[in-house]
Amino acid sequence: MAARGTSVLTRIAQAIPVLFGVIVISFVLTRALPGDPAVQFAGIMATPETIEETRVKLGLDKPMPEQFVIYLGQLFQGDLGQSVSTGRPVVTELASRLPASLELTLSALILSCVVAVPLGVLAATRPGSWIDQICRLLVTMGVSLPTFFTGVMLIYIFYYLLGISPSPLGRLDFVYLDPPHVTGFFLIDAAVDGDWETWFGALKQLVLPAVTLALFTLAPIARMTRAAMLSALSSDYIRTARAAGLGSGRILYGYAFRNALLPVVTTLGMVFSFVLGANVLVEKVFAWPGIGSYAVEALIVSDYAAVQGFVLSMAFLFVFLNLLIDLAYSLIDPRFGTSGK
Amino acid sequence: MLSIKGLRVAFRTRHGEVNAVNGIDFDVAKGERLGIVGESGSGKSVTSYALMRILDAGGRIKAGDAIYSGIDLRNASERDMRDIRGREISMIFQNPRAALNPIRKVGHQIEDVLRRHSRATRHNAKTKAIEALEAVKIRDAATRYEAYPFELSGGMCQRIVIALALACDPKLIIADEPTTGLDITTQKAVMDLVDDLVRARGMSSILITHDLGLASQYCDRIVVMKDGLIVEAGDPVELFTNPQHAYTRKLVHATPRRIGTIRSLLPEGERSDLEPHIISEKPLIDVINLSKTYQGKSGPVHAVKKISFTIHEGESVGLVGESGCGKSTTSSMLVRLLDSTSGSIFYRGEDIATLPAADFAKHPLRPKIQMVFQDATDSLNPRFTARQAIADPLYRLMGMRGDDVIERTKELAEMTGFPAHLLDRFPHQLSGGQKARVGIARALASEPDFLILDEPTAALDVSIQALVLNLLADLRSRLGISYLFVSHDLNVVRLLCDHVIVMQNGSIVESGPVATVMENPKHPYTCELLSAAPQAPERDIA
Repeated sequence: MAARGTSVLTRIAQAIPVLFGVIVISFVLTRALPGDPAVQFAGIMATPETIEETRVKLGLDKPMPEQFVIYLGQLFQGDLGQSVSTGRPVVTELASRLPASLELTLSALILSCVVAVPLGVLAATRPGSWIDQICRLLVTMGVSLPTFFTGVMLIYIFYYLLGISPSPLGRLDFVYLDPPHVTGFFLIDAAVDGDWETWFGALKQLVLPAVTLALFTLAPIARMTRAAMLSALSSDYIRTARAAGLGSGRILYGYAFRNALLPVVTTLGMVFSFVLGANVLVEKVFAWPGIGSYAVEALIVSDYAAVQGFVLSMAFLFVFLNLLIDLAYSLIDPRFGTSGK
Repeated sequence: MLSIKGLRVAFRTRHGEVNAVNGIDFDVAKGERLGIVGESGSGKSVTSYALMRILDAGGRIKAGDAIYSGIDLRNASERDMRDIRGREISMIFQNPRAALNPIRKVGHQIEDVLRRHSRATRHNAKTKAIEALEAVKIRDAATRYEAYPFELSGGMCQRIVIALALACDPKLIIADEPTTGLDITTQKAVMDLVDDLVRARGMSSILITHDLGLASQYCDRIVVMKDGLIVEAGDPVELFTNPQHAYTRKLVHATPRRIGTIRSLLPEGERSDLEPHIISEKPLIDVINLSKTYQGKSGPVHAVKKISFTIHEGESVGLVGESGCGKSTTSSMLVRLLDSTSGSIFYRGEDIATLPAADFAKHPLRPKIQMVFQDATDSLNPRFTARQAIADPLYRLMGMRGDDVIERTKELAEMTGFPAHLLDRFPHQLSGGQKARVGIARALASEPDFLILDEPTAALDVSIQALVLNLLADLRSRLGISYLFVSHDLNVVRLLCDHVIVMQNGSIVESGPVATVMENPKHPYTCELLSAAPQAPERDIA
């Protein structure tokens, strides 16, 4: 047990150099981007003199190491710089857009887990049955249909043909007011406020993009659950448990499923990471004000403070997520941190 | 108590139905200890799984009856079977570490069984589980209750599996190769424990094993199985002294014991004369004060402590000891796959211990010192055919190209008795014995004069082991190579080696000529090893 505690602490400590590395890389990368930010900042009407002036004002005339130190100092004060295109501080922009992305991604993931994990388990316990075929069909569909296509299809069916879903324009229909800001997650904020009408409004907006993303993430999770359950069910300890007369429920959930969880959790982490970056298409289709679309817009106009802010916040999120997965691992697997693992 | 009649078991595979058990009959009386002996593929394990109705998917009982105390096991509902398993009939498995749920405390696993069969309630489950652990003589059971399988040794895990099987006082216990993978001393401890418990509780038992010697020691009656059929049944002593069926005779011969020569492992008609091998006075390998220390989490671990020994040209030396005694570390250092901490290894007078193991692959002595690995399956590249595996060292170490390689590969296959028409098969298409031959041919490819054999027969059936051991003896006479034979089985070492070294806890506790050490052991540990080996009933082996 002591070894486990120490290894958890070591794991947390290991995250620090990774974060520092991320800061260095994002700094160097944005400096390496084509285009001169001073020209961008100075505007179209700038003369060479005003460009030079902006360069000095932005501190871009200083040597790279010095720029980096200044950047670090600003970072510690929570200053990510100004966005050129919107003129607002990057921090406020991200703070307002990140919850939108997270709300979408998280609800999509929860939805896909709720469907994919039981589906995978059922498929593994009855290989070759109709439920296994359905699982295979869903997985193949999820992998092969791109999100922008499923998104548009869903809009076409549920908004245009059936008319049961609201117009796919952002997080909340214009008839509602944004709920008072607590977490930035509209569903939570509206519930805290007790404003159930807004809550339903936000939910209705969320359903289609969340289902679109969920269909996409369903595939790897269901696939991995099925494979992990199959290998767990064919292992020696399951045979021991059967020979001891344990009931099928106990064998399935107490013995096989807990062992199968390890690879599933790993997959979940990976899926979450790439969905955070990949949901930009869904955000575009549903006019969702998330950070994915923000970053793409910023990249197009070489708004480097915004890009840098985006890269940094994503990287921090990834590191935090990996930490969370490792901690989940240490809860599930007693071997975590010992020589065996 | 248990009566089996005309049992047939078949498996559905991609190539149609395969019969694993082809109609067998046997009975087990109350309090009787039955042994089912057979080599891999004989259907002995499948028989037991069929009784418990825990056959893998695709397997089914095709015909026959299995009646246990009036209950028809073949037609009983799954619900009834669940009550019978664990409470009436229970099983002990091979590979105990894998047989336990890796992420559940062993105490909880025992509780699961106790509570399933209403032998304990939530309140007294822990006490009962600890009692079950104490029953299998686990010291400090309350602490062990909290342990996970990975924290326990193999022998300890097997005790847990036994505790699990016996927790609900079953009437019949089936032990499926319960000691495979365990050291010979642990094997004896585990078998004695099971035997004591079976006798004390008046249970019946079925011991499934490939080791005729082990079965004859712990069973009242033995049935011998081959290809899904029972070929012979009877009293162990009778079976050993007067085997009727040709297959039983072959098995009896192939079981290594204290007397007889390496040739007497083979069936009577196939014993050619063994040419003597010549041992020279010149030392080939001289090991002086060799040590290896690992940096463990809780301080340094001294795996090998200042050992010294000599291997002469043409001599075969056996290195014996149980797992963790440092024999594998020693052989890895000798074959230069592992750097030593201190000490010297002289090969024909040249100190090779000073050469870093990482660079030894390029050293001119690399072809001269080779190794045959323990697990023939794991030590072959699954994507290499037998031909490629044997030819690889020819390309890398001997610099051969073209037709020379083809010629030499054929020659090596012929020398090791590997059928030439199988050369283009992949490891998974070969049998255990054939894979072992590929491993030996590969090691011989570079014409070594020192070969380290790391338990090369541990995973093989006894009849195959007999062939491989004889092959090794023939090769020695023919090529004049020296062997270092690493094993935990003194009876096997005796047959092949001239000299034996016994290791315990990283030190050599005894060494000397094989006959002297075997007949007149000095060190108590050597005596323990000798007495732990299963004693087959002696008979005149002509």
